[in-house]
Amino acid sequence: MIDWLLTPLQYSFMVRGMLAAIVVGVVCAVLGTYVVLRGMAFFGDALAHAVLPGVAVGYLVGGGARGPVFWWAMATALLSAFGIGAVSRSARLKEDTSIGIIFAGMFALGVALISMVRNYSADLTHFLFGDVLGVSNTDLVLTAAFGVLILLVVLAFYKEFMVISFDPTLAATLRLPIRWLDYLLIALIAMSIVVSLQTVGVTLMVAMLITPAAAASLLTRRLSRMMLIAALVAVFSGITGLYLSYYLNLASGSAIVLTCTAIFAFTWVITNLARRKSRARPSVNL
Amino acid sequence: MKVKSFPQTSPAGVTPRHHPGHIPGEPILRVQHLNLTYEGGVALQDVTFELTSGERMAVVGPNGAGKSTLFKIIAGLLKPDSGMVSVFGAAPSGHICISYLPQHSHVDWNFPVTVSDVVMMGRTRKIGFLRLPSASDREFVSLALRTVGLNELSQRQISQLSGGQQQRMFIARALAQEADLMLLDEPVTGLDTPSQEELFTVLESLKKEKVTVMFALHDLKLAARRFDRVMLLNHRLVGIGKPVEVFTREHLSKAYGEHIQVLENGHGLSMVDDTCCGEEKE
Repeated sequence: MIDWLLTPLQYSFMVRGMLAAIVVGVVCAVLGTYVVLRGMAFFGDALAHAVLPGVAVGYLVGGGARGPVFWWAMATALLSAFGIGAVSRSARLKEDTSIGIIFAGMFALGVALISMVRNYSADLTHFLFGDVLGVSNTDLVLTAAFGVLILLVVLAFYKEFMVISFDPTLAATLRLPIRWLDYLLIALIAMSIVVSLQTVGVTLMVAMLITPAAAASLLTRRLSRMMLIAALVAVFSGITGLYLSYYLNLASGSAIVLTCTAIFAFTWVITNLARRKSRARPSVNL
Repeated sequence: MKVKSFPQTSPAGVTPRHHPGHIPGEPILRVQHLNLTYEGGVALQDVTFELTSGERMAVVGPNGAGKSTLFKIIAGLLKPDSGMVSVFGAAPSGHICISYLPQHSHVDWNFPVTVSDVVMMGRTRKIGFLRLPSASDREFVSLALRTVGLNELSQRQISQLSGGQQQRMFIARALAQEADLMLLDEPVTGLDTPSQEELFTVLESLKKEKVTVMFALHDLKLAARRFDRVMLLNHRLVGIGKPVEVFTREHLSKAYGEHIQVLENGHGLSMVDDTCCGEEKE
């Protein structure tokens, strides 16, 4: 058993991949808690897809180097996030319609840009589905630095984010800077998406945001505990997913997401069974 | 219900709650010539009145009479087309001493927070950015919970509360906020009589704290029985003052038109109305 666990860790790419998966798991799970509670799953999915043209430009400009891809993706993510925010606020369209238009358009642009490169299908696959085993030391440092920054900001504005998410009317009567806080939260979600791009890719990104948080929401009734449980689920999924990927020769991003999904399904079944049981129990104090 | 006194945030002064920006001697609320027109028509027309500190005022009127609109303007959530609102002599948007409980709280009752968490939210601004609640913040919360009789349920998740308990939790939050002016928009709609009674007992106990309350409701009898002053609103201010002075045949038919029948029964007026309990659409 110990051998089974240690063998993959002889490879430094596995160690780096695992560290990246842990950081990404914690960051996404914590922000994903707000995504789940505020019903922003579609926004998160759209934002992840909208980052693709930025990734493509960074890739073309930098000739494959990781640094430019990261920074271009970051700029695109922040711009798209604020763009979606502004459009859905002003246009006479339903919010999900505006989000859908921007998301599909940006994604198409990304695919078009990448298709300009000769050997595009292999690279595109990495961007779409992640390449956590290709994480370099530089990537790891960037991921960790941004991860810590994001978590510190969440901690700093924990109670304000809770109020604007739970009761915007109270936030308004308390004269909290609601718009500013909304944009800050959106920016944090955008940043966490970019940080996680390499782990799971744009298409599976939304699972990292919502699945651990959704599983946690079934288990606890406190926000801080929900964040903690979501983070634990995500870290466990990241590590387990990479072992599965190593031994079963699965695509790493999918293996992580499938582990997450399995944990969610298990939690859902257990909590539903428990609830049915407690309902079926005859009431003692009639 | 036992009522505890709140710790004073200011040195033993004139008011138990002191907020910077309050001009002493000004009435807690002054509303002058308020006008607001929606796309659908006039919401409020030339509404003028004043409230003094510690007063509790019932606001009654038919559905769509502009009660919720008036509350939102006073809370600083809506801007009027013209007219002036001042709270302690300053515009409402500068205050955090106003609490507003909307008619329909669009709150997700499954949100992972406890009763005590929600009450603590009222202190968000008092705690300040980048800070954690202090011992005195926790003391405010537990006093507020005791005042509304929810101290034993403080660790419950909020979906486990009854309708009346939910309303009392919001009042506790307003207390924790150290609100001087509470705007309660139909808090008794949908509550059974014992829950209504509990709510009024809590409000009575706030008199001592000099908390001013505006309370929208549909039940004219309840308004007459429970409030010293009432306001009859139908876009315009039809009447304001003691219930006997305001609830006259003339005023009521002016406010409700055909929706109400006023019967003289020897002991006073009795009213038959068909506007009760509906959902107010604005």
